[in-house]
Amino acid sequence: MYASRTRQAAPEPFAVRLGIGERLGLAHMDWPLALAAVALVAFSVFTLGQATSHDVPGSPHYYLDRQAIYGLLGVVGMLALSRIDYSRFRELRVGIYTFLCASVSLVFVFGFAARGSRRSFELPFFSFQPSELGKLLLVLALAGFVIDGARRGSARQRTVRYLCLGLAPAALVFLQPDLGTSMVFVVATLAVMYFGGVPWTHFAVIGAALVTMVVLVLVAAPKLGVPVLHGYQEERLTSFLHPEEHAAGAGYQQNQSVVAIGSGQKTGRGDRATQTRLDFVPERHTDFIFAVIGERYGFMGAAFVLSLYALLLWRALRIVTLSKNSYGTLVAGGIAVSLLFQVFVNVGMNLGIMPITGIPLPLMSYGGSSVLATFLAVGVLQSINIQAQLSQRGRFAW
Amino acid sequence: MYLRSGDRPGSSPRLALRTAVLGGVAVALFAVLFFRLWDLQVLSGSQYLAEANNNRTREYKVIAPRGDILDRDGNVLVDNRTSLALQLSTQKLPADPAEQRAELAALGKLAHMSLHKVRRTIEEQEEVAAGAPVTLRKDVGYDLIYYLEENQRQFPGVTVQRVFVRAYPDGSRAAHVVGSVGEVDGEELKEARYKGLEPGDEVGKEGVEYTYDRYLRGEPGLTKIQVNALGQPTPGGQLVSQPPTPGDNLKLTIDPAVQAAGESAMASRGLPGGFITMNVDNGEILGLGSFPTFDPAVRARPMTQAQVNALYRDPVLAPLTDRATEGLYPTGSIFKIITAMAALEGGVITPSTTIVDNGELRVGDQGFHNAGEASYGALTLVPALQVSSDVFFYDLGLKMWNTGQLQQWAHKMGIGRPTGLDLPGSVEGLLPTKKWRDDLAAEGLAEGRPWSAGDNIQLATGQGDLQTNPLQMALAYATLGNGGKVVTPHVGLEVEDPAGRVLKEFQAPIRREFHIDPGSRSTILEGLHEAAQVAPGTAAGVFGGFPIPVAGKTGTAERPGHADQSWFAVLAPYPDPRIVTIVTMEEGGFGAESAAPAALQILEAYFHKQATEVSAAGGAE
Repeated sequence: MYASRTRQAAPEPFAVRLGIGERLGLAHMDWPLALAAVALVAFSVFTLGQATSHDVPGSPHYYLDRQAIYGLLGVVGMLALSRIDYSRFRELRVGIYTFLCASVSLVFVFGFAARGSRRSFELPFFSFQPSELGKLLLVLALAGFVIDGARRGSARQRTVRYLCLGLAPAALVFLQPDLGTSMVFVVATLAVMYFGGVPWTHFAVIGAALVTMVVLVLVAAPKLGVPVLHGYQEERLTSFLHPEEHAAGAGYQQNQSVVAIGSGQKTGRGDRATQTRLDFVPERHTDFIFAVIGERYGFMGAAFVLSLYALLLWRALRIVTLSKNSYGTLVAGGIAVSLLFQVFVNVGMNLGIMPITGIPLPLMSYGGSSVLATFLAVGVLQSINIQAQLSQRGRFAW
Repeated sequence: MYLRSGDRPGSSPRLALRTAVLGGVAVALFAVLFFRLWDLQVLSGSQYLAEANNNRTREYKVIAPRGDILDRDGNVLVDNRTSLALQLSTQKLPADPAEQRAELAALGKLAHMSLHKVRRTIEEQEEVAAGAPVTLRKDVGYDLIYYLEENQRQFPGVTVQRVFVRAYPDGSRAAHVVGSVGEVDGEELKEARYKGLEPGDEVGKEGVEYTYDRYLRGEPGLTKIQVNALGQPTPGGQLVSQPPTPGDNLKLTIDPAVQAAGESAMASRGLPGGFITMNVDNGEILGLGSFPTFDPAVRARPMTQAQVNALYRDPVLAPLTDRATEGLYPTGSIFKIITAMAALEGGVITPSTTIVDNGELRVGDQGFHNAGEASYGALTLVPALQVSSDVFFYDLGLKMWNTGQLQQWAHKMGIGRPTGLDLPGSVEGLLPTKKWRDDLAAEGLAEGRPWSAGDNIQLATGQGDLQTNPLQMALAYATLGNGGKVVTPHVGLEVEDPAGRVLKEFQAPIRREFHIDPGSRSTILEGLHEAAQVAPGTAAGVFGGFPIPVAGKTGTAERPGHADQSWFAVLAPYPDPRIVTIVTMEEGGFGAESAAPAALQILEAYFHKQATEVSAAGGAE
């Protein structure tokens, strides 16, 4: 890396004295990306403030205050991370991977059980869910392994190795049990492999295997009396296919969410919202916050939020192509795909076209771990962008 | 090698392709989301808005109290008391069958119902109104309510509802007239008169509760509240509140003094029977009762098996049967006024025609005797009525046996046909005619015997196949008393609002009118007056000392399988009667023995009240 400094002939005159923006790396930030992320979390805070003012007796700003703090911490984290050259993470891949596996395993020992699953550590002000940060850590570590192992073994061996590396933490998360996050882990793994150049034929085989597995888990295993999924998980996964049958059970939440969004019509119901205000839609501050937006702010609000995500993803994909090295491409690709997956699955679930899997909506759903982890991921994207800008201009931040 | 570390891969065509593919997938996924959002919010938004609004509102019906039923003086015969009903929302029962069974069993134990009965009650009510709360028991005690409140967790879905229950301050007073209420059943809901009602609503089932249901019923109110997902009301969530409109009060023609006297007269003798007192000019019924009677309040609560048996399963005493309007009896001699009317009007006899009563009338090999083997010698109509000579009327029956005159007059005066009474359940009865018996004979029924002189001879004295009741006889006597007007007997006087303002007066038009020769009328009334109050009149021993002149007739009816049935019919005052009273008592013997003294009690009460009202009015002047 430092070798490239010698390639630099002479600093351009206007860059001799670096401005403050330049020195903070702000000049090379991808501003649309940063603004989209900040706008999303701001909209989340605004929505929570309006929709959850009666949820916690005696403290109307409970969710608002906390989400605002998580958002601020997230922005700080994003800025800090964007100043670090992400390439260092490649060197730390083993440490990162070990930390990832350890943290999602420790939940089994010290974890705080909520609704029958152990996903998070209870900290004094905050319950920390390692699997949220794990999404980013997995991408960072796995991209490193892919780059590192690019010359070792046959293509098939490499594919199997990456799969094993990705699926191990995914399996741990699945056992917490947290089906949604483990699916994100799998998707992130596949994304890194995808940008790592794993041949299409391998993806075809993996795809076939996935389909077989889904059939086995959802159809064959229950018939043989060997349930792999918990009953509620299976019901959630399949009920969206025929919501009327489950109108009182698992389909109930989804049906209420669809009614909530539909009732928002073009401009929303504002404070006259009933579906998300009177508890018909559950988990309105987390998994179903998109239904709140749909009911309160109508098509205008919901489409605005979707547009922000589209902007965010466009910038992320752009960074994939801009990255100065393969590691950055793989990391950016992994982050972009896992964000896309989370947004599509969560919004799709709110709209009744995807199963309920407990995946939060990045930057919108209330929750410190998710907001922080997403901002850190955006920070890594920023770092990739900044490094690309600097290398194009033949300069380094440090 | 497809990727080399440290490369700038942006230029790699492989990466460009893969990024482009991913970009395409992203565009497709976002397009799906946008289209779905557009579909939900813009294309079908109004439908979902309606669904959301339906979701958050619960409508509660507020039951309207039924109107009071009053006698003609405004005394309350029926009003309401509030009571607590035990209700169960079946959706909130535990889903687990064992837990559900345990709750229902525990609930049944508290409500003194078997598990089987609880389940059956639920099933029955779910059949008519699925989803509505099931009323397990009405009129539960406060101890049970407190217990359920303290142990609410054990009884999910159980609520207590305040309901109105009919109350009868005077016990069994006019029980057959006021009738009863009950939940509207599936068949009734199809009828036009119950349009707009819902299962579980209470309607009149018998008596004036049935006839005047639409005035008494009122309009239920509606409370619409906003609820959350758990069905709990939300603060400030009352959306619309439409108070119930109570039913209007119904004032009856029943005179409390007459009714009380009639009921106590019947009860004091303890014989099954009935009485009616009616205004002869307008058909207002002042008193109407049947013995044995019952306490209607018993039927407003859950009954014990013994109570059910006594009310519904006793074919002999049959307390629910109103013998005055639903009875079917021969009448004995009180029928003779109709025979006399037919004979006089038909020119068979004149008031001065003499018939010799030697104690027996022989037709072929059949002999028809006077009661008690009496013979009265040569008689005209007035003394024949006075002493109640059967032979005299046998002779008239024989003279008219093939003319149909007797049947024609009986029919005109209201025997064996609907009366127009405003109470459900009154019967037509049977007026035997030549055609009726000939038709039966052709079918081989009723001994296969065609109409004979004997049939008409029997009818002339109110015997044989005749089946009628005090109501129809009251109508016939009223028609004689008022000179040919057949009135509509009725108990409904007017509808009042709760403040006592009259909203509607019921019209009871004259049903038919025909000419009666004044001479015939006065001759018959004279005969009745002498029978009632001039020795040796058959009731002179009872009414002889009564200060008001009256025209009355005893009857002693022979019923196969029973001892003689006692009848008395009286028009008062004589010669221009205002009221008619008919009393009958099964197995009461001679008319003068039991029915006439009961009728005297009723008339005493009526005229005593008239006198006090007149003197009160006079004193006020």
